Amino acid sequence: MSDFPERANVVVIGAGIVGNCLVGHLARLGWTDLVLIDKGPLPNPGGSTGHASNFIFPVDHNKEMALLGEQSADQFRDMELSVDSGGIEVARTEERMHELARRMTSAKAWGIEARMLDPAGVKELVPFVNEDVILGGFYCPTVSVVDSLETGTTMRREAVETAGCRVFANTEVLDILTEDGPNPGDRTVTGVVTDKGTIEAGYVVIACGVWSNRIANMAGAMIPLVPTVHQMADVGPMDILAETNNEIGYPIVRDMDTFCYERQSAGSMEIGSYGHRPILHHPDEIPSNEEAALSPTEMPFTPDDFDDQMETAIELMDMLGDAEIKYAINGLLSLTPDGMPCLGETPEVRNLWSAAAVWVKEGPGMAQVVAEWMTYGYPRVIDVHGADVARFYEAECSDEHIWSRAEESFNKVYGIVHPQEQWEERRNLEVSPYFSRHEDLGAMFFQARSWERPQWFASNADLVERYGLAEREVEWDNRWWSPVTTGEHLNLRENCGVVDLSSFQIYELEGPGAVEYADYLAVNRVDVPVGRSIYTPWLTMDGGFHSDLTMMRMAEDRVRIVTGVFDGGRDSFWVRRHLPTDGSVSFRNITRNITTLGLWGPNAPAVLGQLTDHDLGQEGSPYGSIIDIDLDCGGVKVPISLFRISYVGDTGWEVYTDWDNGPALWDSLMLAGADLGIRPTGGGVYGSSGRLEKGYRLMGAELESEYNPLEVGLARPRVKAADFIGREAYLAAREKGDPEIAVCTLTVEDHTDGQGRQRFMMGGNEPILTPDGDRIVDSHGRVSRVTSAGPGPSVDRFLLMSHLPTELATPGTDLQVMYQNELYPVKVASTGAVFDPDDSRMKG
Amino acid sequence: MTMLVLCDHDRGALADASLEALTFGRDLAARSGVACEAVLIGSGADAAAAPLAAYGAEVVHLAAHDVLTDFGPEAWGETLTQLVASTGASIVTACGTDRGNEVLAHVAARLDEPFVANCRQVDPSGDAWPVTRVQWGGSLLEDATLTAGCRILSLAHHAVEAAPAPTPAAGTVVAFSPDLDSALARTVVTDRVVLTRGITLSTAPVVVGGGRGVGSAEAFAPLEELAGELGGVVGCSRAVTNNGWRPHSDQVGQTGTRIAPQVYIASGISGAIQHWVGAMASKHILAINTDREANIVTRADWAVIGDLHQVIPAITDEIRRRRG
Amino acid sequence: MRILVCVKRVPAPGARINVTADGQAIDTAHLGFTTSPHEECAVEEAVQIAEAHGGEVTVLTLGPADAEEQLRYAASVGAHNLVLVPIEDVDWDPQRTAAALAAAISGIEAAEGAFDLLLFGNESADAGGFQVGVRVAHALGRPVVNGIKGIDVGAGSVSARREIDGGFEVYEVPTPAVLGVREGINLPRYPTMKGRLASKKAEVVVVGQSAEAGGQDRVRLHRPVEQVSETVILGEGPDAAAAVVDVLEELGVLA
Repeated sequence: MSDFPERANVVVIGAGIVGNCLVGHLARLGWTDLVLIDKGPLPNPGGSTGHASNFIFPVDHNKEMALLGEQSADQFRDMELSVDSGGIEVARTEERMHELARRMTSAKAWGIEARMLDPAGVKELVPFVNEDVILGGFYCPTVSVVDSLETGTTMRREAVETAGCRVFANTEVLDILTEDGPNPGDRTVTGVVTDKGTIEAGYVVIACGVWSNRIANMAGAMIPLVPTVHQMADVGPMDILAETNNEIGYPIVRDMDTFCYERQSAGSMEIGSYGHRPILHHPDEIPSNEEAALSPTEMPFTPDDFDDQMETAIELMDMLGDAEIKYAINGLLSLTPDGMPCLGETPEVRNLWSAAAVWVKEGPGMAQVVAEWMTYGYPRVIDVHGADVARFYEAECSDEHIWSRAEESFNKVYGIVHPQEQWEERRNLEVSPYFSRHEDLGAMFFQARSWERPQWFASNADLVERYGLAEREVEWDNRWWSPVTTGEHLNLRENCGVVDLSSFQIYELEGPGAVEYADYLAVNRVDVPVGRSIYTPWLTMDGGFHSDLTMMRMAEDRVRIVTGVFDGGRDSFWVRRHLPTDGSVSFRNITRNITTLGLWGPNAPAVLGQLTDHDLGQEGSPYGSIIDIDLDCGGVKVPISLFRISYVGDTGWEVYTDWDNGPALWDSLMLAGADLGIRPTGGGVYGSSGRLEKGYRLMGAELESEYNPLEVGLARPRVKAADFIGREAYLAAREKGDPEIAVCTLTVEDHTDGQGRQRFMMGGNEPILTPDGDRIVDSHGRVSRVTSAGPGPSVDRFLLMSHLPTELATPGTDLQVMYQNELYPVKVASTGAVFDPDDSRMKG
Repeated sequence: MTMLVLCDHDRGALADASLEALTFGRDLAARSGVACEAVLIGSGADAAAAPLAAYGAEVVHLAAHDVLTDFGPEAWGETLTQLVASTGASIVTACGTDRGNEVLAHVAARLDEPFVANCRQVDPSGDAWPVTRVQWGGSLLEDATLTAGCRILSLAHHAVEAAPAPTPAAGTVVAFSPDLDSALARTVVTDRVVLTRGITLSTAPVVVGGGRGVGSAEAFAPLEELAGELGGVVGCSRAVTNNGWRPHSDQVGQTGTRIAPQVYIASGISGAIQHWVGAMASKHILAINTDREANIVTRADWAVIGDLHQVIPAITDEIRRRRG
Repeated sequence: MRILVCVKRVPAPGARINVTADGQAIDTAHLGFTTSPHEECAVEEAVQIAEAHGGEVTVLTLGPADAEEQLRYAASVGAHNLVLVPIEDVDWDPQRTAAALAAAISGIEAAEGAFDLLLFGNESADAGGFQVGVRVAHALGRPVVNGIKGIDVGAGSVSARREIDGGFEVYEVPTPAVLGVREGINLPRYPTMKGRLASKKAEVVVVGQSAEAGGQDRVRLHRPVEQVSETVILGEGPDAAAAVVDVLEELGVLA
């Protein structure tokens, strides 16, 4: 075709809800020279958008999903392509009723109107429901039904009209072109080869839904998702539905315990299921538009998989039994290994972006996120670290992993998923050098992305008795928790504990420009004497948190970066993405070379002292310093780096050594500490109770891109002279004076619920409310919610962290927290540490 | 040696398909070294004999019998079977119309010979003749071989264009009196009904389709008007019935009716595959759509880019103007 | 009335049909299966006749074991008895198919009494042989008419309508009779959810048959060379009306 362009600034591949909204948002942000292509016809090219059930239940426990869902729902409303049908999640079991109470809590957190209904109340709204099989319902009147195809068309037209976006349907991508550079090992996208010609492109965005990984693979990138079947049947007609004379007149019913929904569609009912066996397809198995009987993503229905769903659907709505099955499909949608979308620039290929694994319900919002990201260097509408495509480690991108996780998570789409829930399959992908020892100690492993970390050790069960601890009263609160973890905490404070930190992600920058570049990444000054380390935020361009981590000046021209396992993918990509192109700095990942143990507690110096003659006092190993010494590990000399710091608030070190030396180091420490009360200590202390007592903020919880260092109490008195990412925005924020909010630690004053049971919050965005029960929202719309929760055994209080407006951030302020739809009194305790606030234990 | 070509007629009016069969048959006969002879069956058939010589019929067999008052598949099949015996024909063919295929099936059943329906090519060489025939209504071709004492095959309709032979054949008319059991009258046409009413979606020669772009139930009025002018009916997409603008019986598509009109005028329809499946058998498609890239536009024979609310009344007006 | 309907399991393809590498069959990797459309209408017609006049509907298929899916579908829309004549091969030629069906039907009739009406599809959606019903009728010595788009049941006979240009031919056929039915005779109902669930419990009787291959042998399947047709844009907006009417005139629909 003669008018097929040879060049474009941006080529967006995929004209589903995401690709269409993306070109629309790019146009709004001033982008021009856009090309949108799809291998299918318009307006329905045959992807998942074309058969989507098109409804939005706005309440989600996950903040990113909830807020982007709301954001999307509002965009649909603004285009007048949405109708508020209302929706009810019904419960058939007590366990589900508790989950609905949890839904009420999340609804409160996000400010979404919702109420609980008894069975009669459900029947009042949906008269054809059999109220005998349900215990109640969670009703949300702002559940909406949208027209996703028309929305896509509208956004596409906007891009065509305002930005001259050129649109090519029936255009199949055959290859993505890349070139080397700018740094060694980097690739950069240069164009797209299609069956209508080749387009040179500055940016390429993959918004190809279920096909995204296949397209990404063409460029050597990975978008880990798998096409997964969601069965759907359209049954009818039924008079009671036809009589509403509109597309939808009754609220959508989600029959949560059967993993099924019933949604009116004019005179018919659409029944959708997440209850059948997981049915996954490789992208290459998806038929082309021409080969498909219906559309590529409306695959042949396999009725045997749906029969159980029909039985339960008839139980709930008897009239469905006589309704005719007019249309039934195995519809394809995208599942990722962790259930979150894949947004952002691909870490493998520069300027190749992913906007994938996005469902209709969050499509417009996520398109906006990607458009902002491309425009400003980081999204503005919300922090999206959970959806960042760079979050994955290599082990998470294999087909085997993606498939396994999708199979395991499919039935959890409507499942009751505990915040701490662990995966069954694909475990032990990456383990520390102490793994077999930890197994012998009865470690309960929690998986952090692909890394296994002990959460507590069964071998410490005696501590429960020693400290007089108990299991929690309610099974939900106790699930994935153990009083052993509290025992480990108290033992660490009394004696000492050793924590496996081998999942630390460790990188090094080296070269003449290394220190200067390190300073460009960090808020705080990295150009410190060799042997000193710093803790520092890394900011986004807008001055919010991208990361918080430690950086160590290892040599004149070498800086080490140590970050947490949840952020390693994003952080290493951030470093590589901004690396100078003049060859002055090289980057390497040395995670697998180095193992780290945390040794903390009052007896830590005594334990370590048995393995070295070095002065381990604050003179010989000052707080914040790194010293290199040799340990005598049973006659074997083990070189280590001792970094005097603590995330748990007790004296001690992060001890670094070569990976292979790990087992010898572990054995020597355990032996040396045998009479000094040393215990293997799990992540329950390191990441939760120890940290919370000290009020230390955690990336992804208290720290997100929506917050700047002033607002979380991490601003230093002065700003360094050197430039760094986000500096301008940071300075502007400082100019404005005192921050509007502060991060506070709160204590739960009474744990007793309505049934007289003691309850313990999870740190899952439970809303902090005024004594009158009102939400607390700042002028930016940021809500006060529990970002972390856990025991503070050494202060004998259960601790919560939350951002609070400064006028409430005063110790002693009485507030409330909602948990499982009940209110509990809480009190603001501190904006810093509630335990050892002057750090005498660490620095003394 | 002889080839018999069954020529269909309706009470003496020769069917066009018969000339296709004869065009194909005379070539096949020449390549097989046999004589090409036509067969006309039933009362009034003599009126159809005249053109057959020009299309290569050396002989025209005119079969008549009391039972053969009108078309009857069993009686026609029995007649042709007897003619095969009396002429010693080694090839029997017809055009693959409803009647052609049906009568040949009867002949094959009676002779216990294979019958290859709807061939596009036949290579009369060797014992096992290579043939190419139509499957899936033309979406697929099957290469097969035909091994038989008497080779019975039909020619796919429209596979060849009817053309007179370079040199007309003799066309000698020979009467044939089959020996038919009067019981065969049981499947002879007893009555004919001429349809004057009740054009349905599945039979209408013209369907004017409306989709979501029509906008409301009331906005279908101009479509009704145009359909009325063209002797057609209105169809709609699933989105329309979902919105309650039209009854389900008007729905064209996977979950509605499949149509095969002479022309389908699709307006305000994107051409979702759901709908396309129901419309794809249309002989011609004319799309009216605001989106040049819409699926229905790219698959149509003709398209008008524009708003159906303006285009459709303009077409109706133009038709009325030309009719005066 | 006792009615037997013979159906065939066929793939439900899209706009493009792929053939397996060996050319022997359609590549069904992406495809579901359905009942050949004419036969789906035949089942509906049989069920409607049984509903109106009483009686039983038996649905029989010659096909792979998976063809049980089509039998159960028939049960889900009202068929009473299901019979599978299993074959291993992808497809049998028409002579062989007809011989096996005739033998199977004779066997059923010998045990349970004759059927009043045998319904076939006019032709199968895939192979399109246009002959199996005729051959079976001939083997059983029964009258047969194809192309039927209307059936009225009388006493000892059926009145069958066949579409021709501008109207119908009418046949008065004495029963027991065989009819080849064509899509459009009715609008087949969809199964209800209860119907689907009940059909899972229906018994499928398996009747083994063997028959000799006929004289038509498949060599390979292939796709015809595609005709790519460009869309002719007649114009923009109401100004295009004249061009549209020119086209309609050319098509002869303006008469």
